Amino acid sequence: MTTSAISLAQAIAARTTTAAAATDAALSAITERDGELHAFLHVDADAARQAASAIDARIAAGETVGPLAGVPVAIKDNLVMTGVPTTCGSKILEGWRPPYTATVVERLIDAGAIPIGKTNLDEFAMGSSTENSAYGPSRNPIDPTKVPGGSSGGSAVAVAAGYVPVSLGSDTGGSIRQPAAFCGLIGYKPTYGHISRYGLVAFSSSLDQVGPFTTTVADSALVSEIIGGHDHRDSTSIDAPAPSLLEACGRGVAGLRVGLCSDLLDGADAVIVDRVRAAAAALEAAGATIVDLAIPELRLGLSAYYLLAPAEASSNLARYDGVRFGLREERDDVAAMNVATRTAGFGPEVKRRIMLGTYALSAGYYDAYYGQAQKTRRLITNALDAAYQGVDLLLGATTPTTAFGFGDKVADPLSMYLSDLFTIPSNLAGHPAMSVPFGTDSAGLPIGVQLLAPGRRDDLLFAAGAVLESEVSA
Amino acid sequence: MSAWETIIGLEVHCELKTATKLFCGCPNMFGDEPNTNCCPVCLGLPGSLPVLNKGAVELAIRIGLALNCTVAPSTFHRKNYFYPDMPKDYQISQYDQPLNAGGWIDLPEGSRVGITRAHMEEDTGKSTHLGGTGRIHGADSSLIDYNRSGVPLVEIVSEPDMRSGVQARAYVAELRAILVAVGATDGRMEEGSMRVDANVSVRKPGDPFGTRCEIKNLNSLRSLQRAIEYEAARQIDLIEAGERVVQETRHFDEQTGRTGTMRSKEEATDYRYFPEPDLVPLNPSRAWIDEIRSNLAPLPKARREHLLAAVGEVTPALVDLVATVVDRDLDTLVSAAINAGAPAQLAIARAANELDADGVLPSPASFAGTCQLEASGRLSATQAKQVLAALLDEPHGDPAAIADRLGFVAMDDGALDTVLDAAIADHPSEWQRYCDGDDKLAQFFVGKVMAATKGKANGKAVIAAIAARRP
Amino acid sequence: MTNPNPLTEADVIKVASLARLELRPDEVATFTEQLGSVLGHAQDIAALNLEGLSPMAHPFDLENVLREDVVTPSLDRDAVLAAAPDAAEHRFRVGRILGEAP
Ligand SMILES: [Zn+2]
Repeated sequence: MTTSAISLAQAIAARTTTAAAATDAALSAITERDGELHAFLHVDADAARQAASAIDARIAAGETVGPLAGVPVAIKDNLVMTGVPTTCGSKILEGWRPPYTATVVERLIDAGAIPIGKTNLDEFAMGSSTENSAYGPSRNPIDPTKVPGGSSGGSAVAVAAGYVPVSLGSDTGGSIRQPAAFCGLIGYKPTYGHISRYGLVAFSSSLDQVGPFTTTVADSALVSEIIGGHDHRDSTSIDAPAPSLLEACGRGVAGLRVGLCSDLLDGADAVIVDRVRAAAAALEAAGATIVDLAIPELRLGLSAYYLLAPAEASSNLARYDGVRFGLREERDDVAAMNVATRTAGFGPEVKRRIMLGTYALSAGYYDAYYGQAQKTRRLITNALDAAYQGVDLLLGATTPTTAFGFGDKVADPLSMYLSDLFTIPSNLAGHPAMSVPFGTDSAGLPIGVQLLAPGRRDDLLFAAGAVLESEVSA
Repeated sequence: MSAWETIIGLEVHCELKTATKLFCGCPNMFGDEPNTNCCPVCLGLPGSLPVLNKGAVELAIRIGLALNCTVAPSTFHRKNYFYPDMPKDYQISQYDQPLNAGGWIDLPEGSRVGITRAHMEEDTGKSTHLGGTGRIHGADSSLIDYNRSGVPLVEIVSEPDMRSGVQARAYVAELRAILVAVGATDGRMEEGSMRVDANVSVRKPGDPFGTRCEIKNLNSLRSLQRAIEYEAARQIDLIEAGERVVQETRHFDEQTGRTGTMRSKEEATDYRYFPEPDLVPLNPSRAWIDEIRSNLAPLPKARREHLLAAVGEVTPALVDLVATVVDRDLDTLVSAAINAGAPAQLAIARAANELDADGVLPSPASFAGTCQLEASGRLSATQAKQVLAALLDEPHGDPAAIADRLGFVAMDDGALDTVLDAAIADHPSEWQRYCDGDDKLAQFFVGKVMAATKGKANGKAVIAAIAARRP
Repeated sequence: MTNPNPLTEADVIKVASLARLELRPDEVATFTEQLGSVLGHAQDIAALNLEGLSPMAHPFDLENVLREDVVTPSLDRDAVLAAAPDAAEHRFRVGRILGEAP
């Protein structure tokens, strides 16, 4: 499927095709290729077909339908849907069917979208390759010997393989932007609080945000406007109108100042650096001013992130104790049952981060690790705010490398963590960022360039992203 | 050897009387069918998020204001520990920035107890133990009901200002009265809506504080006092035997009246407190606090003072009666009766002893009327009590009409003289002893007259008549 | 970097027990090394002088997000208990609880 969500929805609304046909196309593509790529952990074909027929019936009856009516979508398996298995890529949640639906999924369904299934991820969204999924990794459709990136790897694959035009992921330290870069997609991490987290299984609550994978910037804007906006069920949701993203897609970048940030570039492969410079040139040609700048504080993000996120995770993941849902390894007493269940149910990366976070919060170490990381977070945010006094946007690489091979980084967690270096600062600051595909390396693997904007100026990403997109397709 | 001094500080957990839980819209209801008041949030299901209940915040602020605390900008923290009745395996509580800090309460007997803080937190679910004794020890398995999970609590932490079990008991009684008065809780200790932990240590006066032990989950005023008295004696015995008090958590056994070790300090949990990222800071506006303050119901102390001000001479017995009247919420009725002309002391005494706060109450006018009839001698005390009882069937009834219906006719002085003459004639030797100065025998003759008149005689008039006959 | 490992095997065992995880002896060694290398990397911020910076818990300064005290529907009890690994008498069932809540 190469059609964008917007044109597919238009075609369905105009009755040149049907929701049923679009859904069948998605399902048969999955049947054909997902045995190899493993984007999905769960496909609900019957429910999808039923939902599609209902949309077609409403269109036939002349009813008004939503802007995504009949568009098949894929949902990362850390977003809950009533009655649909949600595993978070973990054995500990195997078989769990949540009794409620995430706000973002509810809003997609209200807009007429057809959820096809739940996509693979690194266990509890902890990882950069999907190799930490308890159900086996996903493969990059551009080169199946490479990882698709992570943690939202399955959602990236579902769109890059052409199954569906839209999928939802979550981004805590780059988990949307990095796989988008590896798979050649638009990946958008909104301003923290712009999109509800209600029903997103928490990894690190103060960093997690939901966002879409799409093939076009306009689709990203449309989907984000549909799932975004205030939600009273999420206390950290921002209750204020945001600038229109769809409108921004046509705005251009004339007069914008774009900071080409060496600290979002140094250390990346040369071919990636070249493409980022080419992106800068493209923005300049479209009327933006390019400013070279350095924000050395961003380099500290990795350490802060790998203390803060595990600390929150160690607490968020305490509830997987075998008492109320999911796996239980029965033992005589509850504490022993907790230990056995968690030991059997969590994979090594999750255990690693739980222990790291527990340590960072424990008596005697809180100030040196967690407290210091929180202050570093402030330092980085202040540095970004200062940079935005001089520029409207920042430009850099999304990842230091293109998609890597399976097993390349598994043995050394720190090297895996280092692949998040450029994406982490936006999560720490709560700022929006987007990865836009901008060429390939010599092997044909996609390269993503990253746009960063100040908090609540997500619209600027769409203005600049659309310019880069038109440059690539030109 | 100088006496030991007991040092007591209390932590009181109070369930707030809101319609819904602290972080979700499930009903906050005691006694419902198990697990019927549960949702993703209070079950701690993956993906759920808390949203703070405005009603609970308002009640917590009322508590803070009633305890003379400063209501301050505050944040929520996570207190991490594993326990099956706690669905998220962390409790959302307040840590270094509590909503209310630095207050005090004055106890009826005159002492003042400092309040360190009164912060908000969520309650846990409830487990029932199967097999064995029904208690934790010896049970084969436990069943958990999460209806109580997420119910709003305020934890009120006192300064270590109390010096006896009696004082601690008075503190909790007064605290309970305050919390009930401001509408924050129903104060039912037996249902667990108020639970007390006591920190107890002993020292010689002037010495630094001794090592303290915390006694958990005291569920009645009686247990609180017994546990503290036992624990203080235990610590004194230890020290006097040359041993040391070990800092630990203890529980109180109602059956044996003893405290026992629950957990030593070495086993103390590392709670790993950190700011709750799913909630934002709570910073009540000055206007909101002022509005809550202006709507705050009068507190027990003020209500007691108001009643006492209506009385001429204040005696310790009267102070107790007033405390009872206020404690039972009868002071509004008593004040209205006083305003309607009832003599204050009599109205207070009759309300404290004859009226049932949870039952039907007479109207202020009828209550006042009854007290006036008694004070004027138209009714004897016994008769007045019977009229009050009759008013339960017709709260607005006319006391005089009820007295007539019951056949309560005031005795005239002539009738009283006749009865008294007969009593003296029947007991000449007693009368002689009375006339010789044995005052106690006055009461003997009052009793004879009362018996002869079946309680219709006015006690004061009888006493006056007897005294008048003495040569 | 040749920083000494800030973490001992005893630390790892203690942390695992706090987190209700059990490690095999070989895992203790691996985790000690891996967690040590992450904490070693974090020495770059441990060494910073960040006095005067307030700890950042939230990206934005929202405050007073409150809901009205109004009842909303709870879940159906059968649906709640259907997810339970074990249930009896309309409640979640677990094995023995050793010790009171801390
Ligand atoms: Zn609830």
